[in-house]
Amino acid sequence: MYDFAYHKPTSVADAVKLLADPDAKAVSGGHTLLPALKHRLNKPTALVDLSGIAEMTGIKRVGNAIVIGALTRHAEVANSAEVKAAIPALAYMASHIGDLQVRNRGTIGGSVANNDPAADYPSAVVALGATIHTSKRKIAADDFFLGMFTTALEADEILTAVEFPIVDKAGYAKMRNPASRYVMAGVFVAKAGGTVRVAVVGAAPCVFRQAEMEAALTSNWSADAVAGIKQDADGLNGDIHGSAEYRAHLVGVMAKRAIVAAG
Amino acid sequence: MNVAAPFEGIGASVRRKEDYRFLQGRGAYTDDFNRQGQLHAWILRSPHAHARIRSVDTTAAAGMPGVVAVFTGADMARDNIGGLPCGWQIHNKDGSPMAEPPHPVIAHDKVRHVGDQVAVAIAATREQARDAAEAIVVDYDVLPAAATIDAAVKPGAPAVHDDVAGNLCYDWHIGDKAVMEAAFAQAAKVVSLDLVNNRLIPNAMEPRAAMGEFDRTSGDYTLHTTSQNPHVIRLLMGANVLHIPESKLRVVAPDVGGGFGSKIYHYAEEAIVTWAAGKLGKPVKWVADRTESFMSDAHGRDHVSNAQLALDANGKILALKVHTYANMGAYLSTFAPCVPTYLYATLLAGTYSTPVIYCEVKAIFTNTVPVDAYRGAGRPEATFLLERLMDVAAQETGIDRVELRRRNFIPNDAFPYQTPVALQYDSGNYTATLDQALVAADWAGFEARRAEAAGRGKLRGIGCSTYVEACGIAPSAVVGSLGARAGLYEVGTIRVHPTGSVTVLTGSHSHGQGHETTFAQLVADKLGVPTAQVDIVHGDTAKVPFGMGTYGSRSLAVGGSAMMKAMDKIIAKGKRIAAHLMEASVDDIEFERGTFRVAGTDRTKALVDISVAAYVPHNYPIDEIEPGLEETAFYDPKNFTYPGGCHIAEVEICQETGKVSMVNFTAVDDVGRVINPMIVEGQVQGGIAQGIGQALLETCVYDADGQLLSGSMMDYTMPRADDLAPISVATHTTLCTHNPLGVKGCGEVGAIGSPPAVINAVVDALRDFNVRTLDMPATPAKMWQIINGGRRQAAE
Ligand SMILES: Cc1cc2nc3c(=O)[nH]c(=O)nc-3n(C[C@H](O)[C@H](O)[C@H](O)COP(=O)(O)OP(=O)(O)OC[C@H]3O[C@@H](n4cnc5c(N)ncnc54)[C@H](O)[C@@H]3O)c2cc1C
Repeated sequence: MYDFAYHKPTSVADAVKLLADPDAKAVSGGHTLLPALKHRLNKPTALVDLSGIAEMTGIKRVGNAIVIGALTRHAEVANSAEVKAAIPALAYMASHIGDLQVRNRGTIGGSVANNDPAADYPSAVVALGATIHTSKRKIAADDFFLGMFTTALEADEILTAVEFPIVDKAGYAKMRNPASRYVMAGVFVAKAGGTVRVAVVGAAPCVFRQAEMEAALTSNWSADAVAGIKQDADGLNGDIHGSAEYRAHLVGVMAKRAIVAAG
Repeated sequence: MNVAAPFEGIGASVRRKEDYRFLQGRGAYTDDFNRQGQLHAWILRSPHAHARIRSVDTTAAAGMPGVVAVFTGADMARDNIGGLPCGWQIHNKDGSPMAEPPHPVIAHDKVRHVGDQVAVAIAATREQARDAAEAIVVDYDVLPAAATIDAAVKPGAPAVHDDVAGNLCYDWHIGDKAVMEAAFAQAAKVVSLDLVNNRLIPNAMEPRAAMGEFDRTSGDYTLHTTSQNPHVIRLLMGANVLHIPESKLRVVAPDVGGGFGSKIYHYAEEAIVTWAAGKLGKPVKWVADRTESFMSDAHGRDHVSNAQLALDANGKILALKVHTYANMGAYLSTFAPCVPTYLYATLLAGTYSTPVIYCEVKAIFTNTVPVDAYRGAGRPEATFLLERLMDVAAQETGIDRVELRRRNFIPNDAFPYQTPVALQYDSGNYTATLDQALVAADWAGFEARRAEAAGRGKLRGIGCSTYVEACGIAPSAVVGSLGARAGLYEVGTIRVHPTGSVTVLTGSHSHGQGHETTFAQLVADKLGVPTAQVDIVHGDTAKVPFGMGTYGSRSLAVGGSAMMKAMDKIIAKGKRIAAHLMEASVDDIEFERGTFRVAGTDRTKALVDISVAAYVPHNYPIDEIEPGLEETAFYDPKNFTYPGGCHIAEVEICQETGKVSMVNFTAVDDVGRVINPMIVEGQVQGGIAQGIGQALLETCVYDADGQLLSGSMMDYTMPRADDLAPISVATHTTLCTHNPLGVKGCGEVGAIGSPPAVINAVVDALRDFNVRTLDMPATPAKMWQIINGGRRQAAE
């Protein structure tokens, strides 16, 4: 890696000040950023380590929502009694990110801010209709993920927490990329009252909602309801691990599995 | 109380002595050696698959912080540094030698693959060296690339080497074409199959590393390197590249974290750090990162073949005809040319009494990393081809696939068996290993398991392969006549110390195989010295007299045999000393496991009595025998050894996702005499893991421009524990008839026998989809395409 300055602020306000430098970068678990630095794909002037900011930690139930601090590690979400009771599908999803080492380092804030097309979290954020809390504002899930590795966050804006509404039913299923074990196609389904949201990750450059499935499930919450729906392969990712057509097919398979998992 | 010592000789599963240090993190690998004032090298590598180098400007780089030197190919040329040598010369059909274009240590006219060395920056720290390497300005004239065999053999293909027409390294054959054609004319049935043997990237756990040192007082060079054969590196680098006499060059291969073949070869970086250490008068270290490993370690396999089998009306094989293109990559790696010829075509008889075999092989240069031997080397390619062909032949003749194999096996009474492709198998029992495997895998009960799986929506399949391989390479005269530029004997020294402990110096090199245990067991068995008092020394040219190293499952068969020969000499000398001490005739002295006895009496001397007498020769036949008890033997094998066996794989395919899951794997291998069953099991399991990797997961992919798409663990699928199945390993022994231990070798059998078993199982699972050709790896996407395509067909 290239040389950089290292800061470890203890408050969001201080961190934001340090991030005024457009070439400084925030780091949380470092499980995405550090490999990039080691490969010299990134040359920040400074790393602003967020891990000392107490106000960004913790999982709590607030009204009809679970609010998860940005620094919360995947393993903490996976093992949280609070999350397991309120949104078991979210705990399940977190328990299947990467491997044990990754789950013990990677954070929800880092994952959501990074918006890797093959990451798991964006599916839950979108399907559950979560709200992103930042150092500046609150952003609805539908307005947050803008494209591959791109979000609504500004350069000096820090993601502080994610607020997940508690829904009636939710489920998640994914097919892993055989090499990286990131998501090749993952589908998160959620039902809250009469509203159904279906979010797809891995298959396209950015998480997206599957409107046709949402409509079908709204009138008939069952795996059969989506059986006839063909995901359009247009615009999906194709690579040495699978074509866009294959990923489109997997979206259908994973949607059915997610619905079965949701019950 | 006198507790009997546990038996540690041949046949005991002694725990691996070396694992105590490995598991405690006390191993010493090349990168663990650090010297005062050492410098670090970073190699600048080509981002292009094929380009002419117009200029290399090192001015800015040379002035950067910590930088001591920046060298280019021109600097090496100025010092008269030679190219990297190739250790094997193949001749074309017409008798002319293969094309052997230069392999510069640092490219100077052209770069020929992504990762080719262009310059080296040397600085106080690794990061500074890397910074400097990035500041080197190279002006490339990018050329079109020939990135695959197909692209390289097309008319008008880009020439990887300007003076190698058609990118053809050699056009070689074995067998009599006319006889083959006559046999095919008699055939009741001809089965033809196109096959690709996928290219693999070895990925040893420890990346390659090298540290060069130069002693200004003595003028001695020392190279620490991640090598499977330090003496070979000393020979090749000293004689061909740097022109340093062996007496002035020490090569140390300390603990090495896996090789699988990829650490046999002499690599540019070894020469670079040794040369630079001399020039700069300071130790210079280079350590690859994983990205460099992907683009600079020799790759494996990469064949494109057509195979045809001629059968009579009863399913007896009349003849086999094979045409293979073998990818050499951009340059000839050390042993590359022999892999698709003498380690491949000579194995095409397999376990069968095929009377006529003809094989032609065209070796092709491409703009890719050089390809060389990788666990199995040639033999997995031959086995995959044959065993796929047998399954297709069974399908097309309607003869049961197991029965077809049985009908064609070399019968037990035919050994020694001369194949039509040069090799003579000394022993084997293919029916026995097949039968044992069929029972162990419950082959007979498979249909019930298939039906049960169908109820769960899974396609279940079972497949077998029978194989034979040639290892223990090899009689020097034989390989010499086939083009090897080296002898392939092994060397062993047994040093019995005055108080009876033993040091063994061996030319074999252990990089995961467990030699420190297995070899100690040979001494325990023969000399009766407990393994704890036997030290195995290897991997250092300053300690071990000579050696050819470890590859081709040769360590026990050749290296172990050298040790046995040396121990015979120790015993012979010991008998003379014992005869003197016990005032008996030498002819009356018997020796067994540490005890010399006057035959028919209770007069005995222990080995330690003899060693004390030998080193403290007060009462000693000093006029007849020299003091000391140390013997060295060179063992040149009389033949290859021929492990064989049967592997059975059972898989399930998810119809929705196409994912293939291994559910069971059964191996019954004949590896000759088993010294340590636990180590054999581990070796076979490891080989099978790599074979399953090749069959289901791993593949190296270049795009049309020669960019490596599978250039990291994100895209190259290494097998993980949960990709595997319970692997049951058993042995069935027939002894090797020509080496003193009766051993055959077990390091590669797993990687050789397993890929066709797995693919045959996958094809069997896809019974209803009429699959004939299935290239590895059987990825979920590929399986889905077959299943989905099949459904579409059915619907139409
Ligand atoms: C081997 C491996 C396997 C993996 N497998 C998976 C997988 O299967 N599924 C999956 O989803 N992920 C996977 N990951 C990624 C892992 O979950 C990462 O930890 C996660 O994506 C990023 O979280 P982090 O805390 O490590 O972020 P970091 O690496 O610290 O940061 C990532 C990016 O987000 C920015 N950032 C970090 N925190 C904040 C914040 N609070 N506000 C604003 N910006 C911020 C950083 O500046 C950086 O650009 C894997 C990673 C590895 C190394």
